[in-house]
Amino acid sequence: MYKKRIYRSWFTMPAFILYFVLFIIPVIFGIGYSLTNWNAMSSEIKFVGLRNYLEIFNPDNAYLLAIKNTLTFTICASVGKIAIGLALALFFNRKFRTQNLMRGVYFMPFAISSLIIGMIFTSILDPDGILNTGLRAIGLDAITKSWLTNRSTALGGVIAVEIWKSVGLNMVIFLAGLQMIDKEYYEAAQLDGANAIAQFRYITWPFLRPSITTNVILNIIHGLKVFDIVMSLTNGGPGNTTQVISTFVFKTYGMGAYGLSNALSTFIFILTMLIALAALKLIAPKEA
Amino acid sequence: MLTMAQKRKRNAILSAVIGWTLSLIILVPFAVIVVNSFKTTRDSAMMNLEWPRDGWVLSNYAEVLDGGQILRSFFNSLLIASGCVIVCVIVTSMAMFVIKRRKAKLHRFIFYMFFAGLIAPVNYITTLQILKFFHLNGTYFGTILTYAALGVPFAAFMYYNFIGTIPKEIDEAAIIDGANISQLFFQVIFPLLKPVTVTVATLTFISAWNDFVAPLYLLNSSSKWTMVLMVYNYWGVMQQEWGKICAVIVLTLIPILIVYIAMQKYIIAGMTSGAVKG
Repeated sequence: MYKKRIYRSWFTMPAFILYFVLFIIPVIFGIGYSLTNWNAMSSEIKFVGLRNYLEIFNPDNAYLLAIKNTLTFTICASVGKIAIGLALALFFNRKFRTQNLMRGVYFMPFAISSLIIGMIFTSILDPDGILNTGLRAIGLDAITKSWLTNRSTALGGVIAVEIWKSVGLNMVIFLAGLQMIDKEYYEAAQLDGANAIAQFRYITWPFLRPSITTNVILNIIHGLKVFDIVMSLTNGGPGNTTQVISTFVFKTYGMGAYGLSNALSTFIFILTMLIALAALKLIAPKEA
Repeated sequence: MLTMAQKRKRNAILSAVIGWTLSLIILVPFAVIVVNSFKTTRDSAMMNLEWPRDGWVLSNYAEVLDGGQILRSFFNSLLIASGCVIVCVIVTSMAMFVIKRRKAKLHRFIFYMFFAGLIAPVNYITTLQILKFFHLNGTYFGTILTYAALGVPFAAFMYYNFIGTIPKEIDEAAIIDGANISQLFFQVIFPLLKPVTVTVATLTFISAWNDFVAPLYLLNSSSKWTMVLMVYNYWGVMQQEWGKICAVIVLTLIPILIVYIAMQKYIIAGMTSGAVKG
């Protein structure tokens, strides 16, 4: 066949080898190591079966809390980003001056390192930070707090910063969906006497479906893997109240408990794959 | 009673006013950083937007630029991010060209492997083991290859969609002229991929530039630190000297914001390419 002679398979090999060696093999090795007692203390690596996983699910440890926090973070941040992102997109989807510049401003945090965003917000959410200063200025002294070191608000603070960072991304994805809609549909609907709600229900919504799917899936995947924003805002504290699975991967790695660290890493891998594939199956539009 | 045109104009002005007011939520945090980078240590301790008592100063910038650590880390970031872009763009576009044109079992398998990488999280601990095995740990080259590997899934997704829009007749014409796969790809096809290459390159560059997770595991020597990692270090060392920390943050933000402003169109094109198809 001529295809075989022209489109030579070796052309795929540099990418495949690079990716296989530095991405796939580490994941596979990680699964293997998660079943061992590999650690910094002893040079001998022994097979221990599922002991590391039992450690993760042992209620005496904080790992279950980290799993719960990861899920809370994922759900709350996804809902917030989608709700606000959609509202902004609907708002931006009409003509007014300086619109493009303004869209650029809302999307800007996307281009900035989570580490730096974390540092900026550590100062803003500080007891003497600008948020509390602002609240005092408008007479809301009662609700001022040390947002990130208070056990009841720390996780909420992290979620809020994550929403701040990624709402622009959700917005531009929604906008791309909205801009596919031909304005004539609305004109025709208006002539037929359809009100704003009906127009949204029958014209806007069907066009938005694919971008909602994209946003839900991107947000879920991103949320389950969250690391950097937590690391830079709270480092898992106070106590373990904002600890997520990935921060424990790093922490246990730092303590030299490599087997356990790999088990946690493998746990995120399985969780992310399962949830992402389930989400894809559930909400992705069926191919005709 | 307002006419249609007047109504439209009033709505447009109203939209602009509301939009810009809300955008303060995005802009104020940056303003706080910029303003405080020009304040003395005493004034910047409060990290607010007030007029400084000691007046505006440039001393924070002078101090953090002294010693050249910032400049060195800037070049480290530039080297690592550009290296990763070059490797990632070339190998992935080559692979996706053949995968898209062949669609045999092997090629579909490779495609699915790439696709899984869009979802699966990275395991840095074992990646470090692999790099150690090749004696690439702690080197620029090892870091570049790691980032390039992490960039493959997104690049593959982008190239896959785009290559489908390039007619096969172009390939055939080149083949009749006696071109082999390398000539066909690098002389004929690759130049046609420019729009998607710009998008992939920009987004890969930004994510490599901004990342601080991989160096946390992979780079141990401070001489190879990227800008973002160096900011992290300053933060730990200078605890309460917010003026200096802000100056470092501003210097770190400038290059990436230039890239963002110049390439915004391509960034948005890349990030929304999945949205329309779902």
